[in-house]
Amino acid sequence: MRLTRQRRRAALLFVLPMLLVLAAVAGWPLARTVWFGFTDASLSSTEGYRLVGLDNFRALATDPAWWRAVWNTVRFAAVSVALETVLGTAVALTLDAPLRARGLLRASVLVPWAIPTVVSAQMWSWMYNDLYGVVNHVLLALGIVDHPLAFTASPSLALPALIAVDVWKTTPFMALLVLAALQLVPRDLHEAARIDGAGAPWVFWRVTLPLIRPALLVAVVFRTLDALRIFDLPYVLTGNSQATATMAVFARQQLVDFQDVGRGSAASTFLFAVVAVLAAVYVTAGRVRLAAGERRG
Amino acid sequence: MPARFLAAVASAALLAALATPRAARAATVAVACGSVGAELELCRTGAEAWARKTGNRVEVVSVPKDSNEQLALYQQLLASRSSRIDVLRIDVVWPGLLASHLADMGKAVPREVVARHFPAVVEASTVRGKLVALPAFTDVGLLYYRKDLLEKYGRGVPDTWQELADTARAIQDGERKAGNERMWGFVFQGRAYEGLTCNALEWIDSFGGGTIVDAAGKVTVDNPRAVAALQLASSWVRTISPEGVLNYAEEEARGAFQSGNAVFMRNWPYAWALSQGAGSPVKGKVGVAPLPRGGAGGKHAGTLGGWQWAVSRYSRSTREAVDLATYLASPGEQKRAALEASFNPTIPALYRDPDILARNPFVGDLLSVFTSAVARPSRATGARYNQVSAAFWNAVHDSLAGTTPAAESLARLRKTLERIGRNGRW
Repeated sequence: MRLTRQRRRAALLFVLPMLLVLAAVAGWPLARTVWFGFTDASLSSTEGYRLVGLDNFRALATDPAWWRAVWNTVRFAAVSVALETVLGTAVALTLDAPLRARGLLRASVLVPWAIPTVVSAQMWSWMYNDLYGVVNHVLLALGIVDHPLAFTASPSLALPALIAVDVWKTTPFMALLVLAALQLVPRDLHEAARIDGAGAPWVFWRVTLPLIRPALLVAVVFRTLDALRIFDLPYVLTGNSQATATMAVFARQQLVDFQDVGRGSAASTFLFAVVAVLAAVYVTAGRVRLAAGERRG
Repeated sequence: MPARFLAAVASAALLAALATPRAARAATVAVACGSVGAELELCRTGAEAWARKTGNRVEVVSVPKDSNEQLALYQQLLASRSSRIDVLRIDVVWPGLLASHLADMGKAVPREVVARHFPAVVEASTVRGKLVALPAFTDVGLLYYRKDLLEKYGRGVPDTWQELADTARAIQDGERKAGNERMWGFVFQGRAYEGLTCNALEWIDSFGGGTIVDAAGKVTVDNPRAVAALQLASSWVRTISPEGVLNYAEEEARGAFQSGNAVFMRNWPYAWALSQGAGSPVKGKVGVAPLPRGGAGGKHAGTLGGWQWAVSRYSRSTREAVDLATYLASPGEQKRAALEASFNPTIPALYRDPDILARNPFVGDLLSVFTSAVARPSRATGARYNQVSAAFWNAVHDSLAGTTPAAESLARLRKTLERIGRNGRW
């Protein structure tokens, strides 16, 4: 008993510096952002503000531009994460097969993930250009379209174009996480299933997928939370355009362009709340399902 | 606090570095120039000439291309009281937003030097009796056209927007039939940013539809003439203008026009020098005119633009910084800018300068356009101008993209503006 208490105290002592650092770099700015959400502070002078209660949140709730940004973000996150999960799993299954140049392949798949987003976004904005962009050139040459498309300008194409870039960039990340999980699946299970006469699809659905599900779930959680905070991609490709503005782009515009620290902080707080609630839901749902799985097993 | 501390450390290091006997009294002045077209090079050579003359040093800070992003950067730097930038180039609509961070140059600069410039531009740089900037050059929206193509199809320079659309359509169709698949009639700045506010203000004002918010602070944008102007402009997209124009800023429009893929272009005067530069495919084929009128009863309207040199209040070498700003705004530098980059002087005397008239022949003809340009409502809306402009360009962008009809979009805009302006109190 005394030993465990001692060890616990020692552990706390070891963790304490980390907790202090976290409180300083994450806790304090977060608390300040939430606090500013209830004030009328302005960026040109962050002194001399006053409390305005829920005014900022009320204004946000009645602002159609904000709800458009929320809707854009949700659509972006849902579609891009779904595509990345499916494609990432497919890539991982391919890379898991015993190929000759496996190491080289794995490294090369990671290239899009390694390029800074701002750089790849600018690169894609040139590739998407309606007059000289290579994407249009290829589509025209293949006869898929009969006139150049304005990917980043057309209201119906802009969001899908953004999603495509995000899928291109982040599928490797998904693939890597799934691949790590795949390599932990015992080979004899596959062999046993195959000896029992199961086909490849059956083996995947009944053996592989259940075993990699916890890792897959973690990857999906990471990606969803990441996708909800997306800023650089829409900002570089389409600026402040409302057709693609996400919650983070909206918050930046309020904070920086309009100098409205109050409204911008309220938007940031809301974004944080959405991410936090979703993370909580994911984790609880994941735990419930995992526990159920264990019981059945 | 940390920003101020870091700035102190940085300047201490800088002082230590400069503490060699010879350079002991020289200051280093950081100047932020623009980066569209030739302006960065022009600013660099000008600042370096000043440095050689005065024995100081300059450091040219590069800034984003998009003017909204430049403003955001300056606002962040100035709000943190950073001394990283001493001299900065500001847009004609920014003095109201930035005045509290800018040094008053009224005392340091002799009155007769200030009086050389257009009174309207000096007035725009004066906030509550404080002269916060010296004019660099003035801008106005212009219509660029392809002389060779108008001749080939026997068309005149369009006087109204309706004529422009007809001519653009005819030449575009003719050229496409002749094998130039990529030809478009008209390119302008349609991206959701400040440039679209300038473009759309020209359409609306040319129809007599007012200036969004009037001088007294009343929201005037929801009127039949403004709706007619916006309807006409919306009909261009996908007919005479590529859909991509919805994401074009100045340089994208110039890219399309200068590579020979557009008959007409709306742009600022800087595009003239570049279109006549060596290697330009349209060299010698370009004409410049005032922007068309909105129908027979309308008027020619060009949005007033232009840039000024300001000095940050947080500069550690204010005297040298003001001196550099004065030098950059001087007649000699303005003439050099006019000759090398077709920037329009703010000094009336230079409009009769034979060298400038020889290089930019349109300057003399368009003097009335420059002096009668329409101003954006930045004075009436003060610190909320950015919100007004963003609401306006979003409404216009929605209409151009075809997601909301012009009338509905402007009616919604009026409500938004009245909310932002707290019913005219701003």
